[in-house]
Amino acid sequence: MTLETELLPTTPAKLAVEGVSKTFRTARSTVHALDQVSLQVSEGEFVCLVGPSGCGKSTLLSIIAGLEKPDAGRVLADGAPVSEPGRDRMVLFQEHALFPWLDVFDNLMFGLKLKPGLSAAERREVALYYLQLVGLERFAKSNIHELSGGMKQRVALARALAPNPKVLLMDEPFAALDALTREQLYGDIQRIWAERKKTIVFVTHNVREAACLGDRVILFSPHPGRVQEQFRVDLPRPRDINSPELAGHATKIMRALKGHLKQEDQEVAE
Amino acid sequence: MKRALTAICFFASLLIIWQILFALKIWSPVLLPAPLEVARYLKGAALDGTLWTSTAVTMKRLIIGYLIGLAAGIPVGMATARLRVLRDTVGVLALGLQGLPSVCWVPLALLWFGQSEGAMLFVVIMGTLWSVILATETGVRNVNPIYIRAAATMGSKRLHTLARVILPASLPFIVSGMKQGWAFAWRSLMAAEIYVTILTGFGLGHLLHFGRELNAMEQVIGVMLVIVVIGVLADKLFFSPWENFLHRRWGTG
Repeated sequence: MTLETELLPTTPAKLAVEGVSKTFRTARSTVHALDQVSLQVSEGEFVCLVGPSGCGKSTLLSIIAGLEKPDAGRVLADGAPVSEPGRDRMVLFQEHALFPWLDVFDNLMFGLKLKPGLSAAERREVALYYLQLVGLERFAKSNIHELSGGMKQRVALARALAPNPKVLLMDEPFAALDALTREQLYGDIQRIWAERKKTIVFVTHNVREAACLGDRVILFSPHPGRVQEQFRVDLPRPRDINSPELAGHATKIMRALKGHLKQEDQEVAE
Repeated sequence: MKRALTAICFFASLLIIWQILFALKIWSPVLLPAPLEVARYLKGAALDGTLWTSTAVTMKRLIIGYLIGLAAGIPVGMATARLRVLRDTVGVLALGLQGLPSVCWVPLALLWFGQSEGAMLFVVIMGTLWSVILATETGVRNVNPIYIRAAATMGSKRLHTLARVILPASLPFIVSGMKQGWAFAWRSLMAAEIYVTILTGFGLGHLLHFGRELNAMEQVIGVMLVIVVIGVLADKLFFSPWENFLHRRWGTG
């Protein structure tokens, strides 16, 4: 492997989720997080999973990442069953999950050092490349706590991109940020997605965010978590979250989401 | 600079108060020697070498025992944090024995090892070990699981995760445990050296003990000063830089 091939965009992977079920049991309660969920994500697609809390969307993301095992069903990444975490599928968590005992640069190096086939100099160059990609090369030697929330999430993004994964799994990565920072990151993530050619699965409860980012928005319903409905968003990119066309799509999805919630309330009332 | 000046003024005034108390002759000079007497003793002991050899004997016992305690305590603490069986057994044992002042081990150590270095090492290790085990256990159990998950996605497994994620993530706890272990070990070693004559070498504690036997209070106070200075140096040269580094990195304190 050379630096040139390492820095080339990867061929993105396609994902297949086949009949995945997951139940969490504690001493007091049983939560049926996912029930027979099946879905396909094609190469290089940007898919958003939306739904109210408790619909199992984050659980599904963990299962695709290989961080959790399904009770039934399986996930295929490029046809190969997922059984454990792998650097072809990197995760961006809601909490940035950066290591406070390392500086920014060494956080990026953590995953790169574990990737075989690169020399030490090449690893440093790759890390620098991704820091530049998120516009934070000046902060290479900074400590994590010195960064703002948005900058931390950018570093986390760079760290997730550094091993050049085929799939990027994002678990409400912008939920804790202020609106302005979030808008900037919407721009960044669309640019990086186009440049680096990743398959992205993005979990959010923010319908507008989903419509802004996704080629496709998959709406989940809770108790148990199921795929309720899917929406295709055919708007040109880069998209502006404040555009009226986008608002139209978001409204449509929101209506479906609320319709389901109302239906559920009625069921409870009956 | 201003802080250094404040400290110097403080300690200088302590010396002056001491000198005044001496000059007032409230107590017999045998019980309270003049600061200059103490200085004279320290100078003499430094010139004839007894101070240096005793310090070396004591520090050797302390450092070797301490390092053994760390080398055993950190892995055991990590194991007790990760395995419930060990937490319910070794963990409880550590909690119990940490509450035992380690000088209580001295009689047993003398019976087992005789008046030898072994007995002294044993006492120091008992002082260090339990604090380090408990602090490491707490540290490891407080590691945010998301770090382990993130590391797993980057290809980190078992030993690598333990050494590169769990250990550094629990460092703030481990360092405070190390500091406590050091303090316990230091106290118990001094107690042991004062009350037991160890045939393989005279440490600072013995020097203090001889001072009492000879009614040489300037020697007693002189050795006490040396013990205090060693404690301060250990903190300033060894623990403080480490703690400062952790505070800077983690943004705490």
